[in-house]
Amino acid sequence: MQRTRVAGRAKLDGSAWQILWRLLKYIMQKSHFALFIAFFSVIVSAGASVVGTLFIQRLIDDYITPLMKVAHPNFTPLLHMIILMGAIYLLGVIGTLLYSQLMIMTGQKLQKRIRDEMFTHMQQLPLSYFDSNDYGDVMSRYTNDVDTLRQMVEQSFPMFINALFNVVFTLTAMITLSPTLTIISLIVFALSIFIVRKLSSKSSYYFRMQQKALGNIDGYIEEMLNGQKVIKVFSHEDQAKAGFDKRNEALRQDASMANGLSTMLFPIMGNVGNILYVLIAVVGGYFAVNHITPITLGEIAAFVQLSRSFSQPIAQITMQLNSIIMGLAGAQRMFQLFDEPVEQDSGDTTLVYVTENEQHELTETSERTDKWAWKTPEKDGNVKLTPVKGHIEFKDVSFSYDGKKTVLHHISLDAKPGEKMAFVGATGAGKTTITNMLNRFYDISSGQILYDGIDIQNIQKASLRLSMGIVLQDTNLFTASIRDNIRYGRLNATDEEAVEAAKLANADSFIRNLPKGYDTVIDGSGSDLSQGQRQLLSIARAAIADPPTMIMDEATSSIDTRTEALVQSGMDNLMKGRTTFVIAHRLSTIHNSDEILVIEDGRIIEAGNHESLMQEKGEYYELYTGKTILE
Amino acid sequence: MLKRIGHSVREYKKYALISPILVAIETFIETFIPYLMSKMIDKGIIPGNLAYIEKLGVFMLIGTFISLAGGAGASWYSSKASAGFAKNLRHDLYHHIQDFSFEDVDHFSTSSIVVRLTTDIMNIQQAFQMLIRAAARAPLMLIFSITMAFTVDAQMAMVFVVSVPLMAIGLTVIIAIGRPLFKKVYQRYDGLNRVVRENLRGIRVVKTYNRAELEDKKAEKASSSIYEVFSKAERILQLNSPIMQFVMYGTLLFLAWFGAKRIVGGTMQTGQLVSLLAYAMSVLMSLNILSNVFNQMTISLASAQRIDEVLTYKSTLTNPKNPLTDVKTGEIDFDHVDFAYADDGVTRLEDINLHIKPGETIGIIGETGSGKSSLVQLIPRLYDVSHGSVKVGDQDVRDYDIRTLRDNVSMVLQQNVLFSGSIADNLRWGDEQATDEQLVQAAKLAQADDFINSLPDGYDTYIEQGGSNVSGGQKQRLTIARALLKNPKILILDDSTSAVDTHTDSLIQTAFREELPEMTKLIIAQRISSVQGADRIVVIDQGKIEAVGTHDELMNSDDLYQDIYNSQIKGGETHAKN
Repeated sequence: MQRTRVAGRAKLDGSAWQILWRLLKYIMQKSHFALFIAFFSVIVSAGASVVGTLFIQRLIDDYITPLMKVAHPNFTPLLHMIILMGAIYLLGVIGTLLYSQLMIMTGQKLQKRIRDEMFTHMQQLPLSYFDSNDYGDVMSRYTNDVDTLRQMVEQSFPMFINALFNVVFTLTAMITLSPTLTIISLIVFALSIFIVRKLSSKSSYYFRMQQKALGNIDGYIEEMLNGQKVIKVFSHEDQAKAGFDKRNEALRQDASMANGLSTMLFPIMGNVGNILYVLIAVVGGYFAVNHITPITLGEIAAFVQLSRSFSQPIAQITMQLNSIIMGLAGAQRMFQLFDEPVEQDSGDTTLVYVTENEQHELTETSERTDKWAWKTPEKDGNVKLTPVKGHIEFKDVSFSYDGKKTVLHHISLDAKPGEKMAFVGATGAGKTTITNMLNRFYDISSGQILYDGIDIQNIQKASLRLSMGIVLQDTNLFTASIRDNIRYGRLNATDEEAVEAAKLANADSFIRNLPKGYDTVIDGSGSDLSQGQRQLLSIARAAIADPPTMIMDEATSSIDTRTEALVQSGMDNLMKGRTTFVIAHRLSTIHNSDEILVIEDGRIIEAGNHESLMQEKGEYYELYTGKTILE
Repeated sequence: MLKRIGHSVREYKKYALISPILVAIETFIETFIPYLMSKMIDKGIIPGNLAYIEKLGVFMLIGTFISLAGGAGASWYSSKASAGFAKNLRHDLYHHIQDFSFEDVDHFSTSSIVVRLTTDIMNIQQAFQMLIRAAARAPLMLIFSITMAFTVDAQMAMVFVVSVPLMAIGLTVIIAIGRPLFKKVYQRYDGLNRVVRENLRGIRVVKTYNRAELEDKKAEKASSSIYEVFSKAERILQLNSPIMQFVMYGTLLFLAWFGAKRIVGGTMQTGQLVSLLAYAMSVLMSLNILSNVFNQMTISLASAQRIDEVLTYKSTLTNPKNPLTDVKTGEIDFDHVDFAYADDGVTRLEDINLHIKPGETIGIIGETGSGKSSLVQLIPRLYDVSHGSVKVGDQDVRDYDIRTLRDNVSMVLQQNVLFSGSIADNLRWGDEQATDEQLVQAAKLAQADDFINSLPDGYDTYIEQGGSNVSGGQKQRLTIARALLKNPKILILDDSTSAVDTHTDSLIQTAFREELPEMTKLIIAQRISSVQGADRIVVIDQGKIEAVGTHDELMNSDDLYQDIYNSQIKGGETHAKN
């Protein structure tokens, strides 16, 4: 089912051969030996089955017919022949066993390897990849695409090669037996292949239509279910049903055509085999009786058998070719991901723990201390240690995603250590984009950002990000225990430290109320915790990392007032002593900011603290008094 | 269960019945051909009887063409039947779901309903087609072939008594061991999906805390766990083909050896041996098909169960036997109302008593989760009370025809949903026959006319799915206009002006007061300014009515109201929604 459904979609851009070649090289890297053995096993298996069919001819012509003519038949040569055949058959069975098992191993190892390597590679991709790709699409590479690829390697490859050799061997055998009869067979087959191709191209068109109709109905159901309250309130059930029925009927028509045409292939191929079977018998019999061509009874019997089994591999080849194209489409999507360039990092300044003596000299230490420093290697081979304070400056920073449309214009700001800086503005104004520059999720187009006086281009990305905690609206917890989720901020934190962080974030009390406390395993997509509780956990996660700088995206109004107060005070606790950038959604929480920046269309249009901005009677004042609204 | 689902075949029943008959014809001819072939060899070719060869040949060719027609016809009609069956099943399921209450939809979840309507039904369609085609074919082929083999030479056919059970046992064992493993594989795929999904969503967190390595380990663990079970499952299943080959080759050798002896001994003819060999092939082939069919069927059985679960689910909201079809006035009474959602049983409303006169404007204020929405949802029967009663126009809401009730109670929901279509289409949800003038008038009342006119296509502007191309405030105003077009006796706004600025909000309130004096209006709001002008304001706290009165009265008497008021004045109260 799955395979036929995808069939309609399978499309390859670029050369199929190139992808195939690249894929083979990829597989060969690890499993060349297994592939080699499997290849020969397939040939042995195909050979045995053709030899087996020819055996019938030999049996009749060389053994049975002569034996019938003698009075005291000697069965010893026949027995030898049977034993020999038994050995050949056994070889064939072993070949089948070997290649099927080997290909499964190859395919399975391949799928695991692809998944692991894709994931590892994906971790190194820049944020732009994640922002510009649909999650569902990326996920389907790990499941559907890898699956079709695996099926191709495990089944289509060996079956295709098996069928190919079967055809070659059978054809050779047929020609040796009787060239005339072979020509008749080939004509009939050419005819049937022609019909099959016509049918399958038609059916694949309808499969595509079916897929479209299915997507259409899928979207309709989703939209209607999401709006179900509205449908009820307006008593629109009948219209909703009528709309569904229309799409449903369209789907039925396409599904009926697609399946009707595609399933017809099997009886056609099967019966063509039968027609040929009869035709050969009649023509062969005619030849034999009239002595037109020298043909023996055994030869006719064998030829009949051969021509019958000929249709099988030909149908097989057409079918497998389709799945190979599908598998290659999967391989192509996988290679696309591999070809995505990884995040570049040329920074050499790193974050280290230091101790400070009475003369304020810093010494690097491998143990965790309460002080961090930037460690910069200098040209003379020495290292320079700069204490981490959290002083951040933007100097005339502009940014564009694509080099064409500028989304941040000449942003300059100066956040002193420990200061709270708030960004206010409509959705899409550029608040989040500014913070994306800061932790280098994206790199600025022009200008400069300094962190404790060091250009952040020179700081190793990992170190830079480690020094900046984030608390986002989308809390993004992971499926694990609550303790492990908090510890995500610092893996080697002790249990006590986790509890402490939770207390700071105001999360401790609700965690303790859970039946399993800190060991409660939560679901990453998080239906089991409220939005507010998840927010508290993400604060605790940032707290345990204890970074000198914080980026905070405020909670929206979707949480109840009591929890909101808890979240707010948790955030306040976390901000203490850290340089903090707040993306504000409501103004009531940011009056105490050291600086408030009002952002519009990627520009800072107003800056100052609450009092000065209120006096200015500008945009901030309008917002604050409710005259305009952030939309 | 299967019978219940089978009811959906309906008008496609004839196709479903034709198909196996055609399959039977095809299979019968197909199995008969090797028998005729043996006759052709023994009576035609060996004695050199050309007339016999010709006669039998033509007969056989006609037979194969009939068989071809039968096979192709079976494919065609089985597809028609199964696609039609699937259509009806989807129809039945979807129509059943339309009668669901929200509790029922919540019970199943939207995504699971979508999967049931698409993937699950597709599985069943596939299985159904298999049932009327392949599943009919394989056992027939098996029976015909064995019968024919015994007809040709009963003694030689005894080989099947050994080989068929041998093969059957082999396949059964493989399926028995393999299947639970495959089930496990699907579970482990969920694990992989989870790791990837969480990683994609949380990539900012991963990068901030530098956890690529940890994530790699998680992904590796997930992919390894799939590999372990999956490779085992597949390797076991793949044993199928060598076993099948082994039995087949063994049977061939047996037939060859003993056949040769019997031919030489004169108790059998060459043609008979040839046809026996052909029957051996079909017998074993049909067993293989049978095992495939069996495997597929059990997969779709799970789908059938999931569909049946929905089909047999009884909606919790039903129409009364002799419903009232006229709502007299917009008067509302809450009489000792208790309410709890069925799924958690937590009491949301407790002993609510409230009388609302027709045409009154009632403001409702309270914290998130205090029960404001629950209270108003009882009026159009989106949910039913647990105890007590809600009356509209002096009649219990449960005595009305649901449709009549909802036509008279217009509610603008908190999650305001627009549907893909033009603005005019969306507004006409309220009244399909509404004239353009009526649309404009409703839009004016909801203060939406101005911005609609500023759009390039005005009222014909196309709204994307989910209304993503209009802002939150605009969406709210459109949904209010839509509700007004119903011209209801009761209008409920559930926090529907939260994204509208204070100035426009007050324009809407004024318009309501002046233009719609007869309509009973219930307005839930976060902002006191939205309800300040109401005739009465109801303050709800933790599922109970804390106080009722005008703004001035409450400012004097109610602490909670004062608190809310003060917090909004002090905080500037700007709900900046994004």
